[in-house]
Amino acid sequence: MTPAPAPRTAGVDRSRLPEPGPARPFTFPAIAKSTLANGLRVWTVPHPGVPLVAFTLLVRRGAATDPPGQEGLAAVTADMLDEGSGDRSAIEMHEALSRLGAQFDTDIGSDATVASLTVLTRFAERALGLLSDIVARPALRDQDFLRVRQLRLHRLTQLRDMPGAVADRAFLKLLYGAHPYGHLPIGTEAALTAMTPDDVRAFHAGAIRPSVATLIAAGDCDHETVMRLAAAAFGDWTGSGGRDVQAAGVPPPVLRLHLVPRPNAPQSEVRIGQVSAARDTPDYHALVVANTILGGQFVSRINLNLREDKGLTYGARTAFEFRRLSGPFVLQAGVQTSGTARAIEESIGEIAGIRGARPVTDAELELGIAALTRGYARNFETADQFGRAALQLALYDLPDDYFAQFVSRVERVTRDDISRVMTRHVDPARLTTLVVGDLDAIGPDLARLGLGEPVVLSSDAY
Amino acid sequence: MNISFSKHTLANGLDVLLHEDHGCPIVAVNLWYHVGSKNEQPGHTGFAHLFEHLMFEGSQHYDRGYFEPLQRAGATLNGSTNADRTNYWEVVPPGALDLALWMESDRMGYLLPALTEAKFSNQRDVVLNERRQNHENRPYGLAPMALLAALFPPDHPYHWTTIGEIADLQAAHLDEVQAFFRRYYRPANASIALAGDINSDDALGLVRHYFETLDAGEPAGPVEVTASLSRDVRIQFEDRVELPRLYLAWLTPAMFADGDADLDLATDLLANGKTSRLYRRLVFDARIATDVSASQNSREIAGYAQIAATAAPGHALAELEDVILEEIARLAEGGPTDEEIERGRVQAESQFVLRLQTVGGFGGKSDQLNAYNTFLGDPAYFTRDRARYQDVTHESLRQAVIRYLPPGRRVTLSVVPRGRAALAAPGSEPAVVS
Repeated sequence: MTPAPAPRTAGVDRSRLPEPGPARPFTFPAIAKSTLANGLRVWTVPHPGVPLVAFTLLVRRGAATDPPGQEGLAAVTADMLDEGSGDRSAIEMHEALSRLGAQFDTDIGSDATVASLTVLTRFAERALGLLSDIVARPALRDQDFLRVRQLRLHRLTQLRDMPGAVADRAFLKLLYGAHPYGHLPIGTEAALTAMTPDDVRAFHAGAIRPSVATLIAAGDCDHETVMRLAAAAFGDWTGSGGRDVQAAGVPPPVLRLHLVPRPNAPQSEVRIGQVSAARDTPDYHALVVANTILGGQFVSRINLNLREDKGLTYGARTAFEFRRLSGPFVLQAGVQTSGTARAIEESIGEIAGIRGARPVTDAELELGIAALTRGYARNFETADQFGRAALQLALYDLPDDYFAQFVSRVERVTRDDISRVMTRHVDPARLTTLVVGDLDAIGPDLARLGLGEPVVLSSDAY
Repeated sequence: MNISFSKHTLANGLDVLLHEDHGCPIVAVNLWYHVGSKNEQPGHTGFAHLFEHLMFEGSQHYDRGYFEPLQRAGATLNGSTNADRTNYWEVVPPGALDLALWMESDRMGYLLPALTEAKFSNQRDVVLNERRQNHENRPYGLAPMALLAALFPPDHPYHWTTIGEIADLQAAHLDEVQAFFRRYYRPANASIALAGDINSDDALGLVRHYFETLDAGEPAGPVEVTASLSRDVRIQFEDRVELPRLYLAWLTPAMFADGDADLDLATDLLANGKTSRLYRRLVFDARIATDVSASQNSREIAGYAQIAATAAPGHALAELEDVILEEIARLAEGGPTDEEIERGRVQAESQFVLRLQTVGGFGGKSDQLNAYNTFLGDPAYFTRDRARYQDVTHESLRQAVIRYLPPGRRVTLSVVPRGRAALAAPGSEPAVVS
């Protein structure tokens, strides 16, 4: 840093940066809520302006609901929803979507299956009809199952070539073992190979049900119309989604340093983390602020250290991946092979430091809070954004004023809060490190980290 | 349906585009410099992008990283470089517009006094890691290098990728940064768009205040090179992959030129989505491929169309190639169905409406205004752009396929697992990729 020279351009004061003016108020629209007789919750988030409506159908059952030995079942089921319904073949279903110019997607995580459909307002009725065919009345035919499963097995083969995907998969397994969060939604080769069409039909019958579902309409729409269309489309969908996933036992203790060999890799994919907090933790806002300062933004301690100071990576970040049960805290970075050990050492040092030896400063806290709050309104611009925001409320049982309260809750976080919640939810002695990289090149360096000899994982270990 | 705007050109040549949208209390600041990897020379590739990184590392009157003060003000920000342009954007609360303009104008006017060898060498290391992450250490990640090198001759600036050659990046010097900045980072070579919760008059006043005093510089002038491909080029390389992938590529019209929209829709109906002809044949029916995709990549002075498909285990790329060529021939012969044309039109309409939802960031309204202004000098082009897709007919699409996806003038690239060269399309020569 150098002192700023005196102003030298006509009319512009370049001796210091302009102070930002006050924020303009932002209000989240009131969500209109009703429930159909079958238990389906129907929410409308009005956001007029552009003639679009974003439908989001949330089912609170996801990959964590996969029965043991059937890892990947929820994802295959989600993948098969759009493979036809009634007389419609899989291709015909997509032709119908395409005639509406629809943006259709299914997404699956540990806690939820989500089908989303965004269309021009004039197609809203036809879109909801298709969405209900997809979610409530999928054909789930044998021949489609065989094809979809085969494609997912091919995908697993391809993911083995992708170091980031290998790291994600192996790391979850290390952290969670047999816990419902211990696998990626795509599952495993063995489980997919053993799976049958009846398994998919049983999963759909027992989990993809209105009692655990919420339909969210966001954008250019009104609740009365949405309710009328939803009742017509989803009224005859019945059944219960069964029991929610229960918290499993404490994950097994893990060794601290693991490596998946990738000979001659120019970079190492690094993951460092542990099982940490659930979405319903009272420490949520403090953890969000803490993570922002540690590794959640460009000017975080970890990115500034590894990228802007040392040039070891294109980017490094951390996240608390909040879920309904305790989610992982993870640092991730792709670092140049020669700098792998150093990047790990620096990262663990930063994580440990923020808990005690180098607590956040007032300036860092102010920056972290400002970054999270001052531009908060930009998260609420498109119909899809409003739909996804409402989805958070429905998935995690958050109060309707959650978004209205977010800024003031974050602004109240103190330095003491950050030390307290980081100490409670992150323990450097329990951090697990995984590297996907060139063992020959980095093995000796890794062994000197004080984390023990790296445990080499073979491809059947994850 | 359009993007309303006003346009002003300052005395120093800077174009200013203003669009009011009071739906959300945010303002998008979007600044385009008409320079990209197309302006580089052989032996000096990757420079435009490396330079973009340096624009975030401080300027004379704020010689620190640009992220911190903007994030403190509630902004999100980024930049990107492609072959034809470099853009920088911030999305800020209205009260921070002053700050964003102060900073953009400071790096436009006063970057060089703050540039040091240390910043240069640090960001070169970062860029080399960006390249490792996105190319060397990613399956099929070097395919763009091989394809572009085969499609365009060595003296054509689309011959190389924007990320550049490793050796060139390692050989880059700080003094090149200075010459590059003086030539291209000038008001006369730039266009700034403000979109969102602004009053146009006030916003124009602010832009004048911060930018009007900067020296105009010379407009950089167009890059004029032509490319032609008069034969079949068949190449292959081995990669750390399990499944082989085939790429077919052709030289095609430039952005907004005749045939560009036709090829956009043609590549969609051939290979994008489950309704596409090639998905049905390769993935759904024959199951000899795991995926297929296609795109018309239109750039400022030329374009290229590309179809890519990954073979299912046990299948060679020759099988995929046969089917793809058959379907192209069938499209050239019979043209699209009415249903395909109708779906293409409604999907295009839907895409254009979706694009109206965001003021900032990559692809938001401010970015679109700048694209139309920079490449066509016409920020009002949104309506005509949309019309290009509504005007595509059975015959215009068929003619574009005949003319631009012909046999005999194509690059065919096979990326195969190490030691499995036999899986490549027949007659492929080894490609040198780096």
